[in-house]
Amino acid sequence: MSRVHDMGGRFGHGPVIPDAADAPVFAEDWHARALAVTLAAGGLGQWNLDMSRHARERLSPKDYTRFSYYEKWISALADLLVERGVLTADDLRGVSDDERHELAERALKAAVVPDVLARGGPADREAGPEAIFAVGDAVRTLRPAGNRLVDGGHTRLPGYAAGALGRILRRHGNHVLPDSNAHGMGEAPEPLYAVVFPAAELWTHPEHPGDEVVLDLWQSYLEPA
Amino acid sequence: MPHDHHDHPHSLLPPEPALRVKALETILTRKGLIDPAALDEIIDTYETKIGPQNGARVVARAWTDPEFKAQLLADATAAVSEMGFYGRQGEHITVVENSPVQHNMVVCTLCSCYPWPLLGIPPGWYKSDAYRSRAVREPRRVLADFGVALPAETAVRVWDSTAEMRYLVLPMRPEGSEGMDEEALVELVTRDSMIGTGLARVPG
Repeated sequence: MSRVHDMGGRFGHGPVIPDAADAPVFAEDWHARALAVTLAAGGLGQWNLDMSRHARERLSPKDYTRFSYYEKWISALADLLVERGVLTADDLRGVSDDERHELAERALKAAVVPDVLARGGPADREAGPEAIFAVGDAVRTLRPAGNRLVDGGHTRLPGYAAGALGRILRRHGNHVLPDSNAHGMGEAPEPLYAVVFPAAELWTHPEHPGDEVVLDLWQSYLEPA
Repeated sequence: MPHDHHDHPHSLLPPEPALRVKALETILTRKGLIDPAALDEIIDTYETKIGPQNGARVVARAWTDPEFKAQLLADATAAVSEMGFYGRQGEHITVVENSPVQHNMVVCTLCSCYPWPLLGIPPGWYKSDAYRSRAVREPRRVLADFGVALPAETAVRVWDSTAEMRYLVLPMRPEGSEGMDEEALVELVTRDSMIGTGLARVPG
């Protein structure tokens, strides 16, 4: 059901290599450009955050695995620009004209960058159903993990947490549902909860009897237990 | 519609990543869709203005001001907003407090979610396959990669950032810091201590 990005718990990746204390924010100049181009293009308003995450996840497993982090960003951005009709394949091939684009008036201007970054884009909403779970309630996640609206679509329930028994730790109010929003099917906000799972519920050999993992999960990912 | 394409448009761009970025930036700029000056402004913001120094100020204040700490643990988004730390990838913040019996650690197994207004752009290791895959399953072995060992009585709670809630760890105030003021304490708060892959620096 899952895609290659869903890597929580996977074996075989080797050690984590911490960075040096004085490591630059961007290891290469092009990393900084990739981030900035992606943010600026997002400002054109032709997709939402969930669509852009989904575009990275939809890179083929071969590309996702071999691409470095910002290669994934820039490649998914190119895909998204064509899919959403902002650019054409000929534009990417470099064989089209350089006429001013009809969306050019929406281009992010330097003067408003601080305001735009400071404003952000909150995901909480007043609308949507009432919360049916209270803090302390026992819940079980759906199994298998997968988008219930779109086969093979975007979801935020990791495979490792599918079918697991946990309890509600916090209520976060109603939030936009990525499973719907990533596919242009509306924000469909619903209650979001922090759900805590004993490590023994998730792993064959947990490191410590008291360890836990917390995930933020939408109400439709959960069943009463 | 899962949109699985075997002819991904990105393959039309140059394969070398720096050239791929440059090509896309050039195409978008020529069409008036991006302004290179805006790109410079974004980069400058995250290189010089927004970074772990913001989170360190929050932690140092929580260590010295019990009222602020209570507010931070109850509604972190409001508490850090008052300090000017609100914005993209930090619209919803929760602060989780370490104690002798519970150590908190933050990961995003599905992508690389991270509290930008408090910590800036995530370091390379946070975005690595190794950290994303292992942090949830074997947090102590991951901590060992950072040279950190926890006492036997300390349980680990790992927060997998699967939604738009962003987590900041409030590390324990280190021994030997009793007489220090807020400004001096800021220097003890490392980025990794606020992700949970490190501890606050011991003074001296």
